[in-house]
Amino acid sequence: MQLRVDKLGVIIAALAAYGAFLAPFATFRANRIVAGEARSISEALPPVWAAIILLFVIAAAIVAVLKTPSSLRLAIAFSTLAALALGIGAAAGHLTPPENSYARVSPASGFWVLLFALGLLAADALTRLRPSPLVRVLFLCGVLGFIAAVLMSGTWDGLSLLKEYAGRADTFWAEAGKHVMLALGSLAAATIIGIPVGVLCHRVTRLRDGLLGVLNAIQTIPSIALFGILIAPLGWIAIHVPGAAAIGIRGIGAAPAFVALFLYSLLPVVANTVVGLAGVPREANDAARGIGMTDFQRLAGIEFPLAFPVILTGIRIVLVQNIGLATIAALIGGGGFGVFVFQGVGQTAMDLVLLGAVPTVVLAFTAAIVLDALIEMATPNRNQVQSA
Amino acid sequence: MLRLPNLFRLLALTVLIAFLVQPQWFEPLLRPLVQENAPAIYNQGSLLQLTLLHLRTVAIATAGATVVALALAILVTRTSGAEFLPLSRSLVNIGQTFPPVAVLALAVPIFGFGEKPTLIALFLYGLLPIFENALTGLTTLPQSIMEAARGTGMTGRQRLLKIELPLAMPVILAGIRLSVVISLATATIGSTVAARTLGEVIIAGLQSNNLAFVVQGGLIVAVLAVLIHDALQAAERSLGSRMGR
Repeated sequence: MQLRVDKLGVIIAALAAYGAFLAPFATFRANRIVAGEARSISEALPPVWAAIILLFVIAAAIVAVLKTPSSLRLAIAFSTLAALALGIGAAAGHLTPPENSYARVSPASGFWVLLFALGLLAADALTRLRPSPLVRVLFLCGVLGFIAAVLMSGTWDGLSLLKEYAGRADTFWAEAGKHVMLALGSLAAATIIGIPVGVLCHRVTRLRDGLLGVLNAIQTIPSIALFGILIAPLGWIAIHVPGAAAIGIRGIGAAPAFVALFLYSLLPVVANTVVGLAGVPREANDAARGIGMTDFQRLAGIEFPLAFPVILTGIRIVLVQNIGLATIAALIGGGGFGVFVFQGVGQTAMDLVLLGAVPTVVLAFTAAIVLDALIEMATPNRNQVQSA
Repeated sequence: MLRLPNLFRLLALTVLIAFLVQPQWFEPLLRPLVQENAPAIYNQGSLLQLTLLHLRTVAIATAGATVVALALAILVTRTSGAEFLPLSRSLVNIGQTFPPVAVLALAVPIFGFGEKPTLIALFLYGLLPIFENALTGLTTLPQSIMEAARGTGMTGRQRLLKIELPLAMPVILAGIRLSVVISLATATIGSTVAARTLGEVIIAGLQSNNLAFVVQGGLIVAVLAVLIHDALQAAERSLGSRMGR
């Protein structure tokens, strides 16, 4: 048997070697404020744990360097990631002196580099395996389930990130609710309004160019600028329109953030509706007309179902974008995970930043995978959409 | 040449420059937005200087991102780099689900406060659209043209410089435009980590409850972004038509 070397694998192995042997695995701080002290894998973990982790990493590096089947690469990548996830929890327990509630242990650069290297290995193997949409979603559920199980089991409770969480569990879920409300609520509003507007634009050419131009310009405006600009008119409405303040319209807070996210969402929804409808084959429309379908029947029964995958692509763009942009709402008092990010930046507390950033990234990532799978399932024939 | 939209852009540019150079001319307009004795025009720095710093940050980051992204895209579309192509595509998709704010905030603990984390975040995030578009441009070239080039005995390097890159240029430029627009926005948020950009005006307004600051900062950034976007798009079009596409 001839052994061949995988180029990407060499890079992954080099990264993993750096992460495991040269960079610190965990950072120990005597309290929340002081500078951290770096600890390598052998210092941060009990000997048995350190040996297990190093064995996993070395095995993964060997599998990565040699040309091996993608399923094996995927399996070793995920099991090593799982070992790392449990290991960092063990490090927290090992490094924190007993009865000490001030000490903080957090993952250090070596941990993140290992995570990145193994993530690359897993992503490459997954890309090559080309799993079906359903399998991808199941995979995602498996990973999220594993993370949830580790969180529930308390393995990570000693980590600084979780200590930040423990101090503000109530606020965390309240801000999480606001974040999801902002991202999903503005998407729902944009879908309800954007799809009919898109249909209208498809029918009336003159309206299309003008409206898409304006929406395009809005999309270009940086989020915080748009949030700020909207504070003035919404504040005016709150004061001068009776009843507006009662339903929560105010100059600052969630209202301008919601309106801004809604405006950002319109372009992808409207534009993709137009593109989707324009891509409906002429023959389909002619046949529908031939059998005597009314305009509305044709729209609901023929055009819309055929354009649906393209419209869904617009919704995917909006959802991922909104989840990210909702973070900035915190700057104008709109709440969301951004609250922790900006508080953390203000206090130079990295763990607090992570408490806001990690859930945002997980949410955006989950949304992207689920919607990509939905789009693929809704697309009967790939060529059709590409020609659209 | 001077159609209505262009006339409008010219007007916007004139007003923008006038505002940056002589902000006090516009004081009466902004006065109603603030309380009695609060300043209506940003008074903690020159608006013009902040604008220039903002643009400089974006320009440096985009230039760096363009060079690196283009080099990477060329690398993975050669036969020797083909092993990296599938992964590159997935990485771009994954990277774009990261919100720019998260990238910015996470750069702070590593690089400290100020310009540095902002530049790094802008650079990293700016890579993605350019890389993605360059990949699209370089992998969707008409097969017939590529074969003709090979048939005439052009070397790999000649093909790249004379055929592939020029043909992919419009798509690559569109990626650079996207990257610039995202960078302009992220640079604005950069002032939360103490980078000197126009976001400073908005943040100062939010902190001191000064609506005039918020509105003027917001409008300057907004007009700047729309004008730059349109200018780049116009440049793309004229380049595209000159190349007969």
